[in-house]
Amino acid sequence: MAETSFDLIVVGGGPGGYVAAIRAAQLGMKTAVVEREHLGGICLNWGCIPTKALLRSAEVGHLLRHADAYGFSAKEVSFDLKKVVKRSRDVAGQLSRGVGHLLKKNKVTVFDGHGRLAGGGKLKVEKDGKPVADLTAKNIILATGARARSLPGLEPDGKLVWTYKEAMVPEAMPKSLLVVGSGAIGIEFASFYRDLGAEVTVVEVLDRVLPVEDEEISAFARKAFEKQGMKIMTSATVKALKKGADSVTATIEAGGKVSEVAVDRVILAVGIVGNVENLGLEGTKVKVEKTHVVIDSWGFTGEAGVYAIGDLVGPPWLAHKAMHEGVICVEKIAGVKGVHPMDTTKIPGCTYCRPQVASVGFTEKAAKAAGREVKVGRFPFIGNGKAIALGEPEGLVKTVFDAKTGELLGAHMIGAEVTELIQGYGIARTLESTEAELMHTVFPHPTLSEMMHEAVLAAYGRALHI
Amino acid sequence: MPIEILMPALSPTMTEGNLAKWLKNEGEAVKPGDVIAEIETDKATMEVEAVDEGKLGKILVPAGSQGVKVNQPIALLLEEGEDASALAKAATAAPKPPAPTPTPTPTAAPAPVAQQPSAAPAAAPAATAAATGERVFASPLARRMAQQAGLDLARLNGSGPHGRVVKADIDAALARGAPAAAKPTWAAVSAVAPPAFGLPAFTEQPHSMMRKVIARRLVESKREAPHFYLTLDCNIDRLLQLRQEINAKREKDKISVNDFVIKASALALKQVPAANASWTESAVRLYQAADVSVAVATPGGLITPIIRGADSKSLSTISAEMKDLAGRAREGKLKPEEYQGGTFSVSNLGMFGIREFAAVINPPQGAILAVGAGEQRPIVKDNALAIATMMSCTLSVDHRVVDGAIGAEFLAAFKKLIEDPLSMLI
Repeated sequence: MAETSFDLIVVGGGPGGYVAAIRAAQLGMKTAVVEREHLGGICLNWGCIPTKALLRSAEVGHLLRHADAYGFSAKEVSFDLKKVVKRSRDVAGQLSRGVGHLLKKNKVTVFDGHGRLAGGGKLKVEKDGKPVADLTAKNIILATGARARSLPGLEPDGKLVWTYKEAMVPEAMPKSLLVVGSGAIGIEFASFYRDLGAEVTVVEVLDRVLPVEDEEISAFARKAFEKQGMKIMTSATVKALKKGADSVTATIEAGGKVSEVAVDRVILAVGIVGNVENLGLEGTKVKVEKTHVVIDSWGFTGEAGVYAIGDLVGPPWLAHKAMHEGVICVEKIAGVKGVHPMDTTKIPGCTYCRPQVASVGFTEKAAKAAGREVKVGRFPFIGNGKAIALGEPEGLVKTVFDAKTGELLGAHMIGAEVTELIQGYGIARTLESTEAELMHTVFPHPTLSEMMHEAVLAAYGRALHI
Repeated sequence: MPIEILMPALSPTMTEGNLAKWLKNEGEAVKPGDVIAEIETDKATMEVEAVDEGKLGKILVPAGSQGVKVNQPIALLLEEGEDASALAKAATAAPKPPAPTPTPTPTAAPAPVAQQPSAAPAAAPAATAAATGERVFASPLARRMAQQAGLDLARLNGSGPHGRVVKADIDAALARGAPAAAKPTWAAVSAVAPPAFGLPAFTEQPHSMMRKVIARRLVESKREAPHFYLTLDCNIDRLLQLRQEINAKREKDKISVNDFVIKASALALKQVPAANASWTESAVRLYQAADVSVAVATPGGLITPIIRGADSKSLSTISAEMKDLAGRAREGKLKPEEYQGGTFSVSNLGMFGIREFAAVINPPQGAILAVGAGEQRPIVKDNALAIATMMSCTLSVDHRVVDGAIGAEFLAAFKKLIEDPLSMLI
């Protein structure tokens, strides 16, 4: 007879859930995770990780096609899509097993099934409609995540109209592709398929691609994508999708003009909705707004002993945000001293398209809108020795400082490897560095990171290499 | 090894002071002669100059700290090539061994201003050093915001990791209107609610250093020195006439009656040296110079800048010096040697129309002359009533040092000079 009484049960084994469970176990709580599909959640199985594997393949392809620039000749470069996809699935599978080991190592009990609140600290676990276990816990954290949003008339069918899930495991290469939505998910797939040779059209309802990024970065990205041959339509909406046997004709309205685009496949990336259904929230004090559970700054839902974290509670829909929320929530429950609520202005965002995009904190526009007087620094990749040596002269690093206090309000980067660089600025923000500390920091030469130094210097008119 | 900047002894008797203000921030470059801080001593605000070149590495005693012991390290100066890591070493370095504080010797030249902290005699480190010099953990942004807002970081509770003061704490402090880094000024007036049993409403002004010193010294004077008082009236008609003649020839910098009084006092001290004396436990100290302390009212309280060797100075020199000293006294900018060590005091309340009054002796001096207003009074001259401008002067004397006869002799000499002012000019 398996144990059924716990200090903490986490519903959902994604990055928010499993990290919360491990932290709880570290703090001495008897902990369980209820997961209905696969440990590691979307991130690990159908999101962050497998897409990075795909994008790596695309990058290798890109390099092979440009081998001549580095003195190599690579003729008749071709790829086997099945192998590309298999590699991605293998990577996901390896890491999912890794999460299982981590939970085991931390003595977290895992229940395979769907968890549903049954009132008074009870949780029913079912699998395929059959009861698996009746559990009780002092505290329950809901971490059921989110799924792709579908718009009326734009419902995915899994064959011609894909969500991220189908886009990740294509059986054949589409010759042409329409990507609806230019957020991180849409743009990463657009970049992947474009690098593998598909004709890609991106439709964005707002006036720029990657709309959460700094305007300058959006503009830079758009230029780079268009140079690669992507077709970008902003302030545009897809009115209808007419499906053929092996193709789709999309009716797109932009600036009052209606046009039709015929493509092999469509990828929908128009946001996500929280998985709030069938959780037993009815009759509890848990409030749901716009498909997301409402919480206080510690993850508390208002229902005694019930908390929620991650994509389920709203944007930014990022695995690292979910993980951090999980830790904060568990530490708050455990009464750990010095726990701080999440500061969303310190959460970096990364998009792994080519060129990569990464940012943390306020955009220039948001900083000004918040009433800050700002100093802005910019440094282009073309001024950096390592970027030139890598053959990656395309990119920009931008910093936004509070003109009065020198607080680093935000940093925005586009170009090779910037997703690996952004944490430097993240640390600076967390430590509340001013421009002075960043200027005093010695950045190694030759690295791309030197541009981060220069962008700080540039904000104060002191850039050295431009 | 960073150089310790010690709380300077700005006068031989100074044992502690308030660190009023830092004029350099941590990290700022400092050159010899740069004013790095202002220190409020018992009577004035003094500037502390840097002796060495370097960078102000760490402020150990925050601005607004009261009662900082002399020779307590107040900051660390990084020499060229040293970085912040050197600060950690300094923090653990052993304090300097104690050395005796020199006793004041008023016969010697005025005590030099100890602006060379490293050369100042080291006293035993104060017990409070650790408490006031403790490192405040704060984020760089919090430090800068606190500095900009004039907040004292040491007074904030840090909510960051390990109690680190972070931006949110500064924001919170500003939101609740935390006071700026408290300056030890008596301008800080706090209203106090009257207690239930019917005291009238009042406010309390925290004591300034100056007020404390005035209180301590005057109590000491009245308790220790047996005062007696001698009064006589001086006819100043001739003095006023002479003054008018002199001033008629001067565009500006007019000579005042008080300038004559200072000069006459000094000359009288020279004529009656026994009155120019102080009591010490072992001996009566007879001064060779006639250094006249002149009471000046300032917004912060009474202070007595000194006209040194006033007997040998011309009236115009005395007048010019007095203007300068009084002006700086009111700004709190006197140096200790400018108000410490006089041998005799003059206090003049004539400008307020006070006819006569008795002053409290300014210890360790032996006497003080209280000067009233010059006013027209009926006098008997050549067996007839006449009108003359008279000025009453009262000498308060420490009977331990000066007996009645000596005091009277001094006062007579003073009167003679005042009434025959030309004799002062010879």
